Amino acid sequence: MLTIRNLHARVDGKEILKGLDLEVKGGEVHAIMGPNGAGKSTLGNVLAGREGYEVTQGEVIFKGRNLLEMEPEERACEGVFLAFQYPVEIPGVNNTYFLRAALNAQRKYRGEDILDSAGFLRLVRDKLKILQIGDELLRRAVNEGFSGGEKKRNEIFQMAVLEPQLAILDETDSGLDIDALKTVASGVNSLRSPDRAMILVTHYQRLLDYIVPDKVHVLANGRLVATGGAELALKLEDQGYAWLDDGGIAPLGADQQEQVASP
Amino acid sequence: MSNETHTLDTLVDKKYRHGFVTDIESDTLPPGLTEDVVRAISARKQEPEWLLEWRLEAYRYWLEMPQPHWAHLDIDAIDFQAISYFSAPRSDKDRPKSLDEVDPKLLETYDKLGVPLHERARLAGVAVDAVFDSVSVGTTFKKELKQAGVIFCSFSEAVQEHPELVRRYLGSVVPTRDNFFAALNSAVFSDGSFVYIPKNVRCPMELSTYFRINAAETGQFERTLIVAEEGSHVSYLEGCTAPMRDENQLHAAVVELVALDDAAIKYSTVQNWYPGDENGKGGIYNFVTKRGDCRGARSRISWTQVETGSAITWKYPSCILRGDDSVGEFYSVALTNNHQQADTGTKMVHIGRNTRSKIISKGISAGHGQNAYRGLVRMTPRAQNARNYTQCDSMLIGKRCGAHTFPYIEVRNPSAKVEHEATTSRIGEDQLFYCLQRGISEEDAVSMIVDGFCKQVFKELPMEFAVEAKALLEVSLEGAVG
Repeated sequence: MLTIRNLHARVDGKEILKGLDLEVKGGEVHAIMGPNGAGKSTLGNVLAGREGYEVTQGEVIFKGRNLLEMEPEERACEGVFLAFQYPVEIPGVNNTYFLRAALNAQRKYRGEDILDSAGFLRLVRDKLKILQIGDELLRRAVNEGFSGGEKKRNEIFQMAVLEPQLAILDETDSGLDIDALKTVASGVNSLRSPDRAMILVTHYQRLLDYIVPDKVHVLANGRLVATGGAELALKLEDQGYAWLDDGGIAPLGADQQEQVASP
Repeated sequence: MSNETHTLDTLVDKKYRHGFVTDIESDTLPPGLTEDVVRAISARKQEPEWLLEWRLEAYRYWLEMPQPHWAHLDIDAIDFQAISYFSAPRSDKDRPKSLDEVDPKLLETYDKLGVPLHERARLAGVAVDAVFDSVSVGTTFKKELKQAGVIFCSFSEAVQEHPELVRRYLGSVVPTRDNFFAALNSAVFSDGSFVYIPKNVRCPMELSTYFRINAAETGQFERTLIVAEEGSHVSYLEGCTAPMRDENQLHAAVVELVALDDAAIKYSTVQNWYPGDENGKGGIYNFVTKRGDCRGARSRISWTQVETGSAITWKYPSCILRGDDSVGEFYSVALTNNHQQADTGTKMVHIGRNTRSKIISKGISAGHGQNAYRGLVRMTPRAQNARNYTQCDSMLIGKRCGAHTFPYIEVRNPSAKVEHEATTSRIGEDQLFYCLQRGISEEDAVSMIVDGFCKQVFKELPMEFAVEAKALLEVSLEGAVG
């Protein structure tokens, strides 16, 4: 579904991604971990097409098409969803209205019928039930006055309604208490499906107790320096990232991955 | 960043949709202002002697007054002798008795503006008193209003039919010598609207006036007077547009509202005068004095304005809270784009006890637009337990525009409470990207964000006009954001 080859990207003239390779298949959940400043959030922003993130080399193929040539809204309509690390407040704009505008924009792009308010409300209520989220979020303005946990839950809720094919969750776990974390995780788990790929960008292993990834990657210094199964995350939790510095900066081969996977 | 500015520019560069000129013969006075011109206007309208004297007195004051320059505006000198002070459609001599007799071209103009007098007005349940240049050409719904005892007519008609009411209230809120532009208006005002709501009557419909400046180089000086007797209610809306011209046109109106005991007046404005082109050429100079007098106890006056047009706007709809427990409100959205300038706000003068006022001001600047909020809250010594709440928010779109806030607060009573909150925000790249990432187009995202910003004000407008205001904002901002 998603193939990233030798991706280099700059922000404010500074090179952040330095030759990143990644292959994500439909149905897979990948976790990308790494120390602060490694370029984790940059990856999400580059994939979503944020202004100011300049790709200097490499390619990103999404569903057989060059993702980098598309406008941000086109990427969204093609099924790329970014759950923001810091969801933005839009005062005075009702959350339901916003989400319906988004869904209908995407449906229109795909040549589907526009959902009227009644149809949309039915859909929304179903999703809320699955996610076990109360409907008080519906009546408020987009993220306005939301607590950190509410904002993250709202991101998951939007993801559930928009049903993307590639979801990138940028540190969705950061700043959440354990209950909020569980809600978010069960939401994500309920959305796992064979035709949906997910990339979880996270700082802590904690989230992976609840969402078991198919693969774990370590991003350091602009490249993936280690790849393994869920066990890799446990090792990182235990030993930190320092052990990767000893020559671990180069991408690991298949053998080494095995070694890492069974410490 | 450069991308952002570019997209902003495209959105802002939307053409003015009401820019057409109706080609009908006008009866226009030659340019210039003298005592003879004042007399000619008064004579043409067959006004009583007292009104002519009133005009002349205003004219003499005006001659001695300097043009004010305290506003945060950059204004070229206005040559008051180059302006024609009266223009009426030729058919004035035998005024149309009904809409059927109105020049079809004129009605066409209203159609282009989206104000077909008969159909839409009827559908919307709105009585429209249309002011075309200076003479009121058609008034609908008169009968229905008459049954309720409501008087809603052109100002000239009121002078003829209800001189005692006009004489009692004219200038009682905005005196002739109040300010330069009010004095000018008092001397040369050509027409406008008059509303009288009798005791304990709730006006059965929204009253609405559409103003339009058509003839080149004529100033429009309309005068509106609304009197709400004890216990009465009225909601009044004015909408304004003007055709595209290279030269600047002057608009200096005066609006006076009088609310007696327990009366309520809601006055809403959607102003979309021609703002000039993208280089700041042409456009209306909008210098307006609007003031409401809460003369009676427990009376209430509420101003709501959506200002998207004019090259220059100079306007401070105010409330004199004279009656005990009276309430004044001001809700404003002012948008400046390209080279538009606005210096607008309100004055709340608390005189009575337990008077309350609320000010919600939303300024939006795009392009090179300059937007200033100027507001006065005065608590006089008598204003025991008076309260004011002011919220003043500015939104900047792009990097070349400006927002300014000038609050004046005078408190002379220790029991009074005044609250002032102000924010300035830039339409976030973050907000925009958030919307784009959900699949919403840039244009839709901008109008959504701006609409959300203005929500507190829009919800004060009558329903159908809230829709119009929102659409107007979208049009005015097209090309503004990125």
